[in-house]
Amino acid sequence: MRRDDILRWARSVGAVFLKDWRSELRTRYAISALGMFVITTIAIILFSLGSESAPPDVLAGMLWVVIFFAAMSGLSRSFVSEEERGTAMTLQLAARGSAVFFGKLLFNLVLSLALNTVTVLLYAAFVNGFVVRTASIFVVTIALGSVGLAGAATIIAAIIARANTKGTLYPVLSFPILLPLLLTVINATRLASEGAFFSEAGGEFQLLISYIVVVVTASATVFEYVWKD
Amino acid sequence: MGLRLLLGVWLSIVIILGLALPMVAQPQQWYDFPIIPGLEEKARILFFHVPTAWLAVLAFLSALYYAVRYLRRKEHLDDIKSSAAAGIGLLFCLLATLTGAIWARFSWGTYWNWDPRQTSIFVLLLIYGAYFALRSAVENEEKRASLSAVYAILAGVTMPFFMFVMPRILASLHPEPLLNTEGKVHMNGAMLAVFLSSLAGFTGLYYWMWSLQVRSQKLLAHHELARGGHSRD
Repeated sequence: MRRDDILRWARSVGAVFLKDWRSELRTRYAISALGMFVITTIAIILFSLGSESAPPDVLAGMLWVVIFFAAMSGLSRSFVSEEERGTAMTLQLAARGSAVFFGKLLFNLVLSLALNTVTVLLYAAFVNGFVVRTASIFVVTIALGSVGLAGAATIIAAIIARANTKGTLYPVLSFPILLPLLLTVINATRLASEGAFFSEAGGEFQLLISYIVVVVTASATVFEYVWKD
Repeated sequence: MGLRLLLGVWLSIVIILGLALPMVAQPQQWYDFPIIPGLEEKARILFFHVPTAWLAVLAFLSALYYAVRYLRRKEHLDDIKSSAAAGIGLLFCLLATLTGAIWARFSWGTYWNWDPRQTSIFVLLLIYGAYFALRSAVENEEKRASLSAVYAILAGVTMPFFMFVMPRILASLHPEPLLNTEGKVHMNGAMLAVFLSSLAGFTGLYYWMWSLQVRSQKLLAHHELARGGHSRD
């Protein structure tokens, strides 16, 4: 690819991202519905815990239960909304497949980072007994976890947008793909709440980074087959 | 026909030998099995459980191979081959999970304890389940073929991560008589011979079931085409 081509490609990635960003600001779907989703889920956890306090490693795992299901209800929008509004065909004509994929990925990345930040803040504020002793491990885990979540969730969203039972199918298809990521981030969060040294989580971070690279590369390669009719 | 007869005879012999040959502390005769400490008579499961688990993985890999081939050539036959392999893989995956759980009940005292091997086979079951859930949710034949092919590829690239994730979380209690950490083979000649014959027999069984499935799916596709192609869209 020449330099001009790369620039044009980057510009159309940006345009796809901006399109989704603007339509999000118009409908405020993520901010209102997903925010409420997170609050509801944390409230259920609080009710079921009552006055009991669960051990920190259980609470570390529960945090990722909230994050996983919030992602499952939010990240599928990127492609499902195109099908619902009937704009998928227009988008196919307007931009190259890879530009659409990376634009949507970028939007999901921003959405998942924002959503997870809110979730973590609410969770830490309201759930008793959830402590983070090594903040550096925790922050890196949430950041890498959000990137990995968005990376895998984007291609699955593109797949289910073409299927019939979209909402139910999304977590079903995502879970086996996301499980290596989830197990690793749960382990890293446990390390953070136990107060381990930053270097002790090095193996977890290596795994997360290689997972992200592999999943995004594979998704970008096969995306055309899902997207084009 | 010839293959079916051969497989029937071969697997019968394997089953009889695997269950009937004596297990002794000091193998003297060529047909004696050694007693593996901690496993004893329960070790006989390896003639049947290990091949089913092996086929669950082999079927997944061949479904993956035909999925990639489908995306490259877009031939309906490749999708038939891929989904047929996945269907049989699901069956053997279930068998491996069930036989493993029954064995675990008598060796570990519980059917299920999330041993890394149990977790891995559970994930494989989930992938097979998700694959067929996806297939049933897409009506258009070509779309169904390419979407499920893409999903198989995604599952295929993330599966290897379990090999790195699992050991960090739990140590496995699963016996490894074939290739263990010390690089020692606990099996003697007789045991290895029966085991390898069983592996070959089961692989043949898989191939037979798979080609039968492919043939019947092909006939079904022809039949629907002949009726005017109502089901093609």
